[in-house]
This record gives sequence, structure tokens and C-alpha cells, in this order.
Amino acid sequence: MAEKLISHIPEGPLAEKWTKHKAQIRVVSPVNKRKMEIIVIGTGLGGASAAASLGELGYNVKVFCISDSPRRAHSIAAQGGINAAKNYQNDNDSTYRLFYDTIKGGDYRSREANVYRLAEVSNNIIDQCVAQGVPFARDYGGLLDNRSFGGAQVSRTFYARGQTGQQLLLGAYAALNRQIAKGTVKSYPRHEMLDLVLINGEAKGIIARNIVTGEIERFGAHAVVIASGGYGNVYFLSTNAMNSNGSAAWQCYKKGACFANPCFAQIHPTCIPVHGTQQSKLTLMSESLRNDGRIWVPKKKEDVEKLRKKQIKPSQIPEEDRDYYLERRYPAFGNLVPRDVASRAAKERCDAGYGVNETGLAVFLDFKTAIERLGEKVITERYGNLFQMYEKITDTNPYKEPMMIYPAIHYTMGGLWVDYNLQTTIPGLYAIGEANFSDHGGNRLGASALMQGLADGYFILPYTIGDYLSHKFSEPKTDTNAPEFEEAEKAVKEKISKLLSIKGKKTVDTLHKELGNIMWEYVGMARNEAGLKTAIEKIRELKKEFWSNVYVAGTNEQFNQELEKALRLADFFEIGELMAIDALDRKESCGGHFREEMQTEDGETKRDDEHYMYVAAWEYQGEGQEPKLHKEPLKYENIKIAVRNYKD
Amino acid sequence: MDLTLKVWRQKNAKEKGHFETYQVKGISPDSSFLEMMDILNEQLIKENIDPVAINKGCKNSGPVSFDHDCREGICGACSLYINGRAHGPDNDVTTCQLHMRKFKDGDTITIEPWRSAAFPVIKDLVVDRGAFDKILQAGGFISVNTGGVPDANAIPIPKKNADLSMDAAACVGCGACVATCKNGSAMLFVSARVSSLALLPQGKVEAARRAKNMVAKMDELGFGACTNTRACEMECPKNISVTNIARLNREFLCAKLKD
Repeated sequence: MAEKLISHIPEGPLAEKWTKHKAQIRVVSPVNKRKMEIIVIGTGLGGASAAASLGELGYNVKVFCISDSPRRAHSIAAQGGINAAKNYQNDNDSTYRLFYDTIKGGDYRSREANVYRLAEVSNNIIDQCVAQGVPFARDYGGLLDNRSFGGAQVSRTFYARGQTGQQLLLGAYAALNRQIAKGTVKSYPRHEMLDLVLINGEAKGIIARNIVTGEIERFGAHAVVIASGGYGNVYFLSTNAMNSNGSAAWQCYKKGACFANPCFAQIHPTCIPVHGTQQSKLTLMSESLRNDGRIWVPKKKEDVEKLRKKQIKPSQIPEEDRDYYLERRYPAFGNLVPRDVASRAAKERCDAGYGVNETGLAVFLDFKTAIERLGEKVITERYGNLFQMYEKITDTNPYKEPMMIYPAIHYTMGGLWVDYNLQTTIPGLYAIGEANFSDHGGNRLGASALMQGLADGYFILPYTIGDYLSHKFSEPKTDTNAPEFEEAEKAVKEKISKLLSIKGKKTVDTLHKELGNIMWEYVGMARNEAGLKTAIEKIRELKKEFWSNVYVAGTNEQFNQELEKALRLADFFEIGELMAIDALDRKESCGGHFREEMQTEDGETKRDDEHYMYVAAWEYQGEGQEPKLHKEPLKYENIKIAVRNYKD
Repeated sequence: MDLTLKVWRQKNAKEKGHFETYQVKGISPDSSFLEMMDILNEQLIKENIDPVAINKGCKNSGPVSFDHDCREGICGACSLYINGRAHGPDNDVTTCQLHMRKFKDGDTITIEPWRSAAFPVIKDLVVDRGAFDKILQAGGFISVNTGGVPDANAIPIPKKNADLSMDAAACVGCGACVATCKNGSAMLFVSARVSSLALLPQGKVEAARRAKNMVAKMDELGFGACTNTRACEMECPKNISVTNIARLNREFLCAKLKD
């Protein structure tokens, strides 16, 4: 069993591992690179940067995205920034400190070697992006500006107003466009991967659906890279884009790749609260707002009542009657505690009856103090687009009255299990960015998703994949007429016909909302044994109902958004079930995974390092079978394991 | 809110399209425009499931296809022409950020796709904006490979230039400028990219060449010419300024003089 998960972490001191590893792995000569093909699924920060870098190296790359253009990938929506250990602020930042903060922020459930490497290459990312023309914020001296993010006591976050993800993606997309023009990369927009094809146990291609025509197509390669993001939309309501889904990674799981820590989902503390049942998604308000915004609820219940009845405005509540609960509970980090801590604290106040909107599920994020200190102009410069977005959605002016916010599903730390080379348990199959599990443990720090996506795509995968391909250059191009392709295509076509032929009574969205409710209720911010068991049962029932009573409009041979949604939802049932199974197995609280049975007296997470200091990697055993758990023990040789403390 | 919707329906690129009229009821003013479209689609699907409705001959042509993704105004996917305006009656927003409180109970709303020769309709309200990608592939980048670049702070950039570059880089590539322009010109889109890069020392090196190549590609793909009506600037959800077009023209002229 232990042989399943070989992490390939290089020997030697932490700070030398990556350098040493790079020196030891093999490379492919330029002549041979030209003979080889690589498929990249997804064009967010990970996929676009990987595809561009691989193209530059001379490989023949095929890159796929479900949108009409690579630029629409959901990385575009990241707002606040990207971390790097540049120490430009002279505040004693360093590779080690970024590494330490990330491990601690992840509640000691990520791999030391991977995280150290991430911190190590973080500086190269900023250099690369500036060279590509990313207009990061600058000071009057012309040098780069920084701001602070949760879980850190230094200022290491680089940003481009509230649109950092957009600007970084436009940089990677531009690099990708340059390779497309050169012919090293071929782009397939509006194509969705529906299966992974294995030949002799190695990843050799995919089956994809042309979203415009419905045609089912085969694509072969020497290796496949999954960069398709996370599975947060299993909850229906999340900050993910409407089309974000877990299906590409899930097909890999069903073909034998292990899926790691599925229960680690991040709930972001600062999202615009739900307005009603017609809601389709939740909108994030960047964590960067916590630099200047202060979070509070009223101290007095009578003020809460008046607020809910709209008899008073929040700005009328005097200073002494406000409970700045994060500053009260966590004086050392204040409003900049990590996301999981801030989310739970908001839930605690709302559960105690202090929620401030009609539903009782909201807290205030207030800029009064910052506006008094810095003036409205500075606040507009820093957060103008976020304030505008907030006003458009809620019809409230956040310069005058505090924002109302509430936690929402935002990111999934779990994903395909990968080794130090970012290779999954299937040879030739790689996973990068949010699609893998490796760097964020039980909780990701803000501004680290962009860092990981670009680190993997620009600086790690292009090296490590060469080591695998160096053994493959004599192999001919993959024959897409092989029986394995035929079989996979047939299975995909059958699945689609089955979905279209059910013609039941419930719409795809109705069933997705029902799944989302189960997930939020039982596998959300607080979980317990009984609830998780109920969730598993209910998800299984709902999945059965889906396969017997869903109504999927239209046909396959057309542009059909209902069919796209149905195919993704079919996988979300299974992903949700595995999340619940994993959450049930992990009888400890850590990071975003809060088991009610395991908490300290003051309601903080209580880890169980003795029994759960491992990565839970699940292996598919077939339809209706319990998945098999493999454990990768986590060893901390360079960091002292401690209780996460943001109080002092 | 109860509304009447006149929606453009078109089976595919080849078939002729037409308007169909639908009624939606009980829409919350806090809903976004696309959430209203979701409700319409749920209703259209349900009418096709419900035997009573089918018996009454209510069978409709199924849910309306429209592009959308992030629903927070940044991905640029949504692209509806609402009551004769790209992204509808509100200012500085994409369709997904338009909220129903901007309409009145009982309103009739006309919903069309972007209409431009360079953006052929794929289905209903979905158009093919692949031409934008092709323009960017012609030169919308700085020619650097991964690795081997100088330290990020090696070249100071005046804050003003960085800010102007960011203003231009805010373009989401939605195509509202093209859909709005009576000539179907993509000048605002092209100029935003050209300006954003030309304002930075890193992008200055190949600025003239970039402008020339991107404009040539734009012409080749069937976009119209710019006649300075400034309609694009009025309808741009990200407030991209036409001064970027002036900057593009300057770079373009430089390139032509060097030829």
C-alpha cells in the first residue's frame, strides 16, 4: 500500500532540495522536444503559463479551455494580489518566512519540500510578470508597492489594483498568444475534456467535446497536464465562476489517479451575503480590504434588532457599542487572521444572534477609520473597483455605510495527489495549480493561489516534465485509433446519450441546488460525524435521482449549455460524496476542516497530529465501491509543529 | 417584478434568427440580469417537461443560450445587447453586474446578441469572438520567454505611467465597443492593449511593430474603420478612454514612417 504514494522528495537540506533536484533530473534535447506532444487542460494561471513555457521550450502543445477564449479562465477574477518573498519593504521577509507562514497557515498539513520550493521561486514570478508588462501598483519613486494579507505580519503582496488575477492572467495569456502565433501551441477554445485515455497505464491523451458542434474528438500526446482548477462549485453557491468544475480532475481519479484531501475546502470570510433564492453565485470582496477595513458586529442585541428592521443605520452605532471581534480575540493579527479563522469567527457571532442583515447572516466590514486616516481618495485608489462592485450589487455606498459580508466557499485545497515533480499516481499525468493538493494543506493563505499557479506553470512543471519525457522521445506519436481511444470515446458517447434519454422531471439546476444545500449544511463550515454520515446517504440518494429523473434539454449535436451543466453535475455528486467520506475519516479539526467534536475550550480548531498528520489520498475502486485510502505521512524536519496561534 | 422579454433566437450560425416573446414573473429587484435569464430558462425547460403545458401546445424552443461565467464583471464573457445598448441601461457595468432594480415592473426588455460582421452568432445570444484572440496573437505581447529576466525593481516606472497602463489594461475583451460602433471597429480594444504595453519601458521596445501588426490583423478580420464617434468609450463597461486610440495612432504612424 505504501508503494502507491512515492513523493520523490529529494534528500538533503530543505533550502538545497530544489537546486539539487534540478541538477539531477534529465532534460530533453531541442531536437527531441520538437517531436513530442503535450496536452494542457485549462488556461488559467497554471495552464496558460505552463502551455506558454512548454511551447517556448519547443514542445508541441495542445491547450484546451471550455470558454470562448483562454483569457476567461477563473484566475481572471482573483482580486487582491500575489505573494513573493522579495523583502522590498525591508520588513525582514525571506524565503523561509514565506515558507513558514504558508505551512502554519495551512495548519501543518502540507508538504515541507513543495512549500519551500514555492517560496523559493516566488520572486522569479514577480520578475517574470513585470517583464511581460503586468502593470503592478507602484510608488512615486517608480518601485513596486506591497500590501498585507491574512496570516502574515509582513507586507509581501504585490497587486494591480483589485484586479491582480486579471493582470497576471493577461500576462500569461499574452505569452500563450505569442506561442500560438509561432505555432508551438495549438489552442482549442470551447472544448471540454470528458475523459483521460491510458495506454499501458500511462496517460496518452484525452477525449474532448467540441462545445459548439457537440462533436466528440480524440487527442493524443506523450503527456497530459491537468490545470483545470478546483471543485468549489459542488456547493452550487460559491465565488467560483459558473462554469468552473471538477470534471477533468475527476475523470483522472476514475482512471486511477489518487485524489488527495478532498475535504479541505476554503470558506472565504468576506463575500457579499446571499440576497435570496434567485441567487446564482456569490461575489467575493477581496481579502486586501482587511488591510484597512475593520470587522465588527454590534455589542447590543437591541442594536441588532434595529438594524434588521432598518430603523437605524450602522454608521449611527457609536464606537463603544461595536464589537471588533477579530481584534478582540486575536490581538496579534487582528483583522488579518487567516481565512478559516475569520470565517469561523463570523459564524460564531452570527450563531450567537449578532448577525446584522435580515437573514441574520452578515457582519460589517467598515472603512470609517481608514477613510478618516487616509482620506477617500487613497481608499478609492486602493479599492475603487471593489467599492464600485459592492455598490452595484447591493445598492449601498460603502464609503458612507460599512459593507455587509459573510463567509462563502471560495477555493479547494484538495485535489489530485502529486509527487514532488507534480506527477500524479498515473505516469505521464501531471496536475498543477488549484487542481493539485500540494501546497496549501488545510487552509490556503490569501494571495498564494496566484503564486502557486504561476510557480507550477512557469518554473516547476517545465523542468520536471522533461525528466519523464526524456525516457519517451523515441516513442512515436500516440495513435488515436488505438482501441483504448475507441473505448473511451464510446463510453463518453454512451454517458451523453444516457443523460439525454432520461427526460425526467427535474432540471439540472434544481438538482445542483439540492446538492449544494446538502454540502453547505453538512460538509460546510462545521462538520460532525452524524452530519457527515447523513450527507453521504443523501448525496447517494440524490445521485440516484439525478440518473433517473433529470431533464436535459436539447441534443448533443448542438451548442447545449444544459448538457454541459449536466455532465459536470454528474461528477459533482461523486466529488461531494468523496469530500464527505474524507471529512468523516479525518477526526480532527484543522484549517478549513472543522469537526465540532474536536475543538478547544474557546472554539478553536484542535488538531490530532498523532493520528492525522498525513495526506489522505483516495483511490477509486469502481462504481458503488468504497474508495481505498492511502496515507502519505507528513514529516516536518525544518519547522516546529505548534498549535496555530494568532493571538499573541 | 413582472416583465415581458423579447429575446433573439437563432438555432445556429447558418439559420436565420427571429425574436420570441416570453413573460417572466416574480423577479426580485436585487437579482442580476443573468439571474433573471436563469429564471427564464428554468421556466422554458419546465414548460417542456410539464404535460399540461405540452398539451396546451406551449412547447417552446428550449432554454436560451448566452455566454456568462464569472458573474462579477471581470471575465468578459457576458455580452448581451439590452434595449439597444451593449450591457444594458446601467453605466460602467457588464451584463452580469446589471441588476433588475434598473428596470420597472411591467417593462418590456429586448435582448439581442452582439451584432457585428466579425462576431458571427453561434447560437441565440452567443457569438464567436475568436477574432479578438487572433488580433492579440498578432502582437499583443512582449517578446520575452520564461526566465532570464531582470529583477522586478531594476527599471523604475513612473507611477503615472504604471497607472495609465493599468487603466488601459482593465479591458475585459467583452466586445461591447465593437457591438456599439456603427462601423464595427475594434479600435478601442486594440488601442487598450497597445497603450497598456507602450506606456511601460518593457513594452516600448516593440511598440511600433506591435501597433502595425495588430491593426493589420484587425483590418484583415473584417472589423470596420474608426470614425471618432466615441460611442465605444460611452459603452465600455471598464471606462477605457479613447485617448488610447490617439496613442495607438501615434505608434502606428511611427511604424509607418519607419517602413
